Amino acid sequence: MITFDKTETPKAWKGFKGGHWQEEINIRDFIQRNFTQYNGDESFLAGPTKATKVLNDKVLALKKEERAAGGVLDADTSVVSTITSHAPGYINKDLEKIVGLQTDKPLKRAFMPFGGIRMADDALKSYGYKLDPEMDKIFTEYRKTHNQGVFDVYTPDMRKARHDKIITGLPDAYARGRIIPDLPRVAVYGIDRLMAEKANDYAHIGDGEMTDNVIRLREEVADQYKALKEMKEMASSYGYDISRPAETAQEAIQWMYFGYLAAIKTQNGAAMSVGRVDALMDIYIQRDLENGVIDESQAQELIDQFVMKLRMVRFIRTETYNSLFSGDPIWATVSIAGLGLDGRHHVTKTSYRILKTLDNMGAAPEPNITVLWSDRLPEDFKRYATQVSIDSSTIQYENDDLMRVEWGTDYYGIACCVSSQPIADGIQYFGARANLAKAILYAINGGKDEITGDQVGPAYEPITSEYIDYDEFMTKFGKQMDWLADTYVNSLNTIHYMHDKYYYEAAEMALKDTDLNRTFATGISGLSHAADSISAIKYGHVKIIRDERGIAVNFEVDKDFPRYGNNDDRVDDIAKWLVKELYSKMNTHHLYRGAKLSTSVLTITSNVVYGKNTGTTPNGRQKGEPFSPGANPAYGAEKSGALASLLSTAKLPYHYATDGISNTFGVTPNTLGHDLESRKDTLVNMLDGYMKNDGMHLNINVFNKDTLIDAQKHPEEYPTLTVRVSGYCVYFADLTKEQQDDVISRTFFDKM
Amino acid sequence: MASSKVSTNEKATKEPLIGYVHSIETFGSVDGPGIRYVAFLQGCHMRCQYCHNPDTWKLNVGDQMTTDEILEDAMKYRAFWGKTGGITVSGGESLVQIDFILELFEKAKALDISTCLDTSGQPFTREQPFFDKFKRLMQVTDISLVDIKHINSAEHKKLTQYGNENILDMIQYMAQNHNDMWIRHVLVPQRTDDDKYLAELGDYIAKIPNNVVQKVEILPYHTLGVKKYHEMKIKYRLEGIESPTPDRVANAEKLLRTADYTGYKTWMPLPKL
Repeated sequence: MITFDKTETPKAWKGFKGGHWQEEINIRDFIQRNFTQYNGDESFLAGPTKATKVLNDKVLALKKEERAAGGVLDADTSVVSTITSHAPGYINKDLEKIVGLQTDKPLKRAFMPFGGIRMADDALKSYGYKLDPEMDKIFTEYRKTHNQGVFDVYTPDMRKARHDKIITGLPDAYARGRIIPDLPRVAVYGIDRLMAEKANDYAHIGDGEMTDNVIRLREEVADQYKALKEMKEMASSYGYDISRPAETAQEAIQWMYFGYLAAIKTQNGAAMSVGRVDALMDIYIQRDLENGVIDESQAQELIDQFVMKLRMVRFIRTETYNSLFSGDPIWATVSIAGLGLDGRHHVTKTSYRILKTLDNMGAAPEPNITVLWSDRLPEDFKRYATQVSIDSSTIQYENDDLMRVEWGTDYYGIACCVSSQPIADGIQYFGARANLAKAILYAINGGKDEITGDQVGPAYEPITSEYIDYDEFMTKFGKQMDWLADTYVNSLNTIHYMHDKYYYEAAEMALKDTDLNRTFATGISGLSHAADSISAIKYGHVKIIRDERGIAVNFEVDKDFPRYGNNDDRVDDIAKWLVKELYSKMNTHHLYRGAKLSTSVLTITSNVVYGKNTGTTPNGRQKGEPFSPGANPAYGAEKSGALASLLSTAKLPYHYATDGISNTFGVTPNTLGHDLESRKDTLVNMLDGYMKNDGMHLNINVFNKDTLIDAQKHPEEYPTLTVRVSGYCVYFADLTKEQQDDVISRTFFDKM
Repeated sequence: MASSKVSTNEKATKEPLIGYVHSIETFGSVDGPGIRYVAFLQGCHMRCQYCHNPDTWKLNVGDQMTTDEILEDAMKYRAFWGKTGGITVSGGESLVQIDFILELFEKAKALDISTCLDTSGQPFTREQPFFDKFKRLMQVTDISLVDIKHINSAEHKKLTQYGNENILDMIQYMAQNHNDMWIRHVLVPQRTDDDKYLAELGDYIAKIPNNVVQKVEILPYHTLGVKKYHEMKIKYRLEGIESPTPDRVANAEKLLRTADYTGYKTWMPLPKL
């Protein structure tokens, strides 16, 4: 193993203020000592260079070809993707300042069988490709996959819960994702230093007693070490030596991108996030600007081309997967701004440069740009960010004041669509969602699924009376929730055990601390419908209509009842209770590898699929109708305007749902104000107010309903129309017809 | 209930005043400066042909709320108001319930909440007891949104069933007293879109003294209210009239010189009483 002389100060660090970061791997310390705040406005920003324009036009043309080809331009069928599996690929080598592709050709999809060979095969088939039979044989007969491991262990109970869709979207056939590699490590330290540190960690694992945990961790760190070595090889094939620290801004960004590339060559996670890189990149850019190495236009070019690469990340997915997470998202989430623990804001010129990419290269769903918001961010930056929202609807906002406190560090980033994690030492075990609206129906129907009629939950006595008695219902609901919590957590324990065993994220973990803090990410879907249904039962006098199977398929409510979304404690307290109650029930369980439980209320576009598979609920939502997205109120529930609705969401307890509480706000420009300045004012005040009230996350979509209706009819005329759904962006044209309808019918606060 | 019509301030000190509220909008962003909590009060005497809220005409119906109830609810949204936002009272015609608004605004200003009055001015008169109440109301109103529906009184009467003399008188009174305002004009093709009258209106606004006019807005007529007429089975009198074209909106903005009124960009509410 390589040893590293810590007394040497590399040339690459010239001009940087020293600190703990020299002695140990500590990017936060490096940033805190070296970043330059920016308090001015956007007037310094530069447009795209000629090279960026040419490259971007090429990428846009390729994307058009890709869509015309049915969604996939090209795909590997016989090369297993690893860090070093592919020869270098380029868009146009001479013009690229930041190089590196997932495969050897732009937009060509890699073959990633380790999550599950059936999934990989089905994905290829659905786009007309044929898996190499030899590969099929290898991953069926000789090399077990994550998916096989999970299904070898799943109990009949788990299979039923999965089949009847009370638990959906489990990462049991693809990578779990949601692990942010600390990419700046590659730039600041170079790979050799990182290898030396890992070698040192390896030598000190355990106390000599070979317990299961010690054996597992030693194997993992050995894999990480190997991954680091392969990163060097891969970079070398592109002509770069990343064994040493980066010496220029171009190198720093390139080095970080190589780290990211290693992650996306080996893992097809539902979310493959980039982390929080604005201040770090800015430090290198600032040094080069001061030394006259580059000018502003060249600085912007580096950021544009880095972002261009993030826009090109692709995985091949099955149709089922796509209907769940539509629009080909990979959540290459880039987090910007926020405050430091010392109270200094982290807005740099590069925070602006990252937003500027949306102007320079047009709107795009990826990377998923997230502004870590605090009312203490500089006003000019707030106004610029909201202007980008008004122009393109492509950024989301999350409450830095909540997250910084919850994690106890300012060096955290958004790990998927919405959920955050400390970058140096945090990882998250992603675990999809449990359907609470369905659980309500299971309580009424004695554990029988209202769609299939299967006995899925425990066979307790169903409610047999004509009208639902609130107390009886709550007792039965509690028992179904117990079962749901058990089944859900046990399924996730199985999944993460197998994922570590068969699909370990060696490349990403190599760029994190060896000693990790893990969170166990569960999730809730259908919260608004569950809360409103309980409110209906409590306040509205609900009559059951049963079918010939004796299953409740419809409801009549005699009286009006409070609905979530009106800032009415009577029902908002029910929603809060649901989050805490499910959390508490799950938290009684053993959680894999000592992880800390978290939950979320952020259903992404899967609100459509969940709704499709859920019968009529007592709040009046009809069978098959989409759930409201994330923590949004049910459609049509709001009676007092957007802020009342936002404050209902803001009441949900973030401390339990640290994985995120998502709200999507769609609005027409005229509703925000009659001119651009007023609109920006409105959004800034809205965000300040929401976050001060502990609101966690807000998507802001600014467009006319008419635009969307027209775009649905003529998608070809709106190729870049991007809409934010729960936690991420998609091209409107890439959504299914149902999802488009859903976006259109979602409450628009369009009053005249 | 009928007593509220003749309720006096002496009486108000004994028992809380009741307001008749049509609806609450927590996110008013085009109802005065900043983000505002808007209480739409019930009741209006005018019958404007283009009114898109016929459901607010009737007096003494709707949710009954006290001023404290409204303020308590509104205060929940304070964090959204920034430096310029606050509460707006609209209608219906807000001044129909002047006693209620007066109490509401007096309490609001004591709490340092910015107050905004949205009115068409129809109930205005210099007769007592209304005038004294109005004077007191203006002392606790940061800004008013005043609709001038037509500059010509005869045309105004055709459009709304009332002439505009007292409305213009109200504007003059407010200007003399340095009460800030936004002026708004709903642009309806064939009804309020005549170049001659628009120019006349533009001249009138330009002569309002003391620089009280912070903003002049053209509100293009829209047909979203028609549905309510059908639901309420009332004849809709503008059947067949479409929204004005962007050209006509631009024309009206030019004739009313809207670009000249920029005070709203730096406008701030009055400090706490």
